[in-house]
Amino acid sequence: MIRIYISRDSGALALGAEAVVKRFEKAAEERGLDIEIVRNGSRGMYWLEPLVEVETDQGRVGYGPVRASKVDDLIEAGILEGKPHEKCIGVVEEYPWFKNQTRLTFARVGTTDPRSLEDYKAHGGYAGLKKALEAGPDGIIEEVLTSGLRGRGGAGFPTGIKWRTVADTPPQQKYIVCNADEGDSGTFADRMIMEGDPFVLIEGMTIAGIAVGATYGYIYLRSEYPHSSVALRAAIDAAREAGLLGDNVAGSGFAFDMEVRDGAGAYVCGEETSLLDSLEGKRGEVRAKPPLPAHIGLFGQPTIINNVISLATVPIIMDKGGEFYRDFGMGKSRGTMPIQLAGNIKHGGLYETAFGVTLGQLVDDIGGGTYSGRPVRAVQVGGPLGAYFPRELFDTPFDYEAFAARDGLIGHGGIVVFDDTVDMAKQAHFAMEFCAIESCGKCTPCRIGSARGMEVIDRIVANENRAENLEILEDLCNTMKLGSLCALGGFAPYPVMSALTHFPEDFGADKKRLEAAE
Amino acid sequence: MQKYEKWTSERAIEIIAQHQDQKGATLPILHALQEVFGCVPLEAEPLIADALNITRAEVHGCVTFYHDYRREPPGRRVLKICLAESCQAAGVRALEKRAKEKLGVEMGGTTADARVTLEPVYCLGLCHSSPAAMLDKDVYAGLDEERLDELLKEAQA
Repeated sequence: MIRIYISRDSGALALGAEAVVKRFEKAAEERGLDIEIVRNGSRGMYWLEPLVEVETDQGRVGYGPVRASKVDDLIEAGILEGKPHEKCIGVVEEYPWFKNQTRLTFARVGTTDPRSLEDYKAHGGYAGLKKALEAGPDGIIEEVLTSGLRGRGGAGFPTGIKWRTVADTPPQQKYIVCNADEGDSGTFADRMIMEGDPFVLIEGMTIAGIAVGATYGYIYLRSEYPHSSVALRAAIDAAREAGLLGDNVAGSGFAFDMEVRDGAGAYVCGEETSLLDSLEGKRGEVRAKPPLPAHIGLFGQPTIINNVISLATVPIIMDKGGEFYRDFGMGKSRGTMPIQLAGNIKHGGLYETAFGVTLGQLVDDIGGGTYSGRPVRAVQVGGPLGAYFPRELFDTPFDYEAFAARDGLIGHGGIVVFDDTVDMAKQAHFAMEFCAIESCGKCTPCRIGSARGMEVIDRIVANENRAENLEILEDLCNTMKLGSLCALGGFAPYPVMSALTHFPEDFGADKKRLEAAE
Repeated sequence: MQKYEKWTSERAIEIIAQHQDQKGATLPILHALQEVFGCVPLEAEPLIADALNITRAEVHGCVTFYHDYRREPPGRRVLKICLAESCQAAGVRALEKRAKEKLGVEMGGTTADARVTLEPVYCLGLCHSSPAAMLDKDVYAGLDEERLDELLKEAQA
């Protein structure tokens, strides 16, 4: 029997993977071939999707991108024996783009069958839970603190400290909430985990529950991810059936269970307090902090709210130890970051590597520059609320502090590349427009500021009292930055001001004036 | 072919009852109603308020806050085109214009024959292969004019 792998990840489906599977099945039937098709997650090399991997003595040999119409030709050419072909990239794990990564959180994604608990366990799954049960609640938190893991959702708050706070509150009903509302343009790491290795998220949440004494968890999933929903629900059912969720997790005496809740298309619900309101069945309005969710969170109870990637990284930290994880990275940014390359880029995909690689390396070397073949002009890092970086800042290392020092943020690790046809005044306008569409409306700087922001940018571009309006825009951005309740209004000025600072010519503004104003 | 059931308050009460015991049941109820009726009509609000013992204003606030909920059933198929930055960088604005012209609707509109509703979406998580779109629950990426035209044809079929 020949085993081949074709991803069921929605990124691969969006590029035609389903038709490729059907064509292989049909060809096998016609030719009487004995093949088994495993539907794995994606390796993250989306310019090669649909990627077909064939198991051979040398390892899994990859071919991509494979179109359904070419399947028969490939079979003729000997794809099932792993023979050379212009679409062949050789053994996938030896392919430089893949091999040069440090895959910790994503170790299994693309390798295993995400629906199979046995496969998960065979590849190191639930080893973290086993160690966690040996370590006990305090031991788990110590290990997470040692690892230096910071929230991968964007804010970068130390995960261990958050957990310690919840653990230290008196025993009562506590919750683990997974923020799976990944809505930043340019990001798809959460989606890849949920579709490519859902058990790792379940295991991470279970460990979190044991660490702080929480017996129930919710995954708040954005409605734009129907395929993730299917994968997660199936995995939760399988884990429960195997006794890895429920009243007596893995026979340990600890109780932990969980469910998936669907969002309803509100970007602001990616903000943690707004997400909690939404889970409680209300409008997803931002709450003022304090109280922190760690003290008064979901349904008024102490709650850990972490991003998908943060939680999915916990099992490997428990398995290999906090020190192992901490030894990757630079400065206060420890471990690895799944970096997502997107937009107008030749090699779009997910690249997990230790912190410290420069933006230029990511865009030019790893990403291969633009897909259009034109020069890169601007790169937006960290989603719709992240700053636009010009080529002059490509030496910035990927590190929370280094980006902050240059008025940017790494956010959830998304990098969106634009070529020289981009109009940066339009992008600044869009940042304000997006904020206006998605504002929860609770605080004035965000609700009104974003609408006024669009108008002021329009006036600047139209050269209506340009100098005066540039000052108004800067003042407005400051007000939003300092006066908004949450990051939506507070960070919308980042794309706007960075566009204006680095690309003033697109606004008809003079670069010198801005420098003089600093 | 009728994709959605016709609204009746009896059926709505039955659906609400299936979900009302969950904690924070509002969104699960609204999703379930929309799944069956294609939308959340105004008449549903007092029924939900009554079942959850919250005010009608709270329910109304919820329905109008979230982008997903509709007041009227959509066309037979819903085509969402991603307009977020990554797709903009890959030229989605031109595809958006083409889709609007070919369907003869603005964003948020439904074609006169009620076959297709066109909507914007801000990120489908397919940014590695922008531009992207979703037809009902099927996803498409790496769109160009040719693939968009195929998609429009399928949506209208």
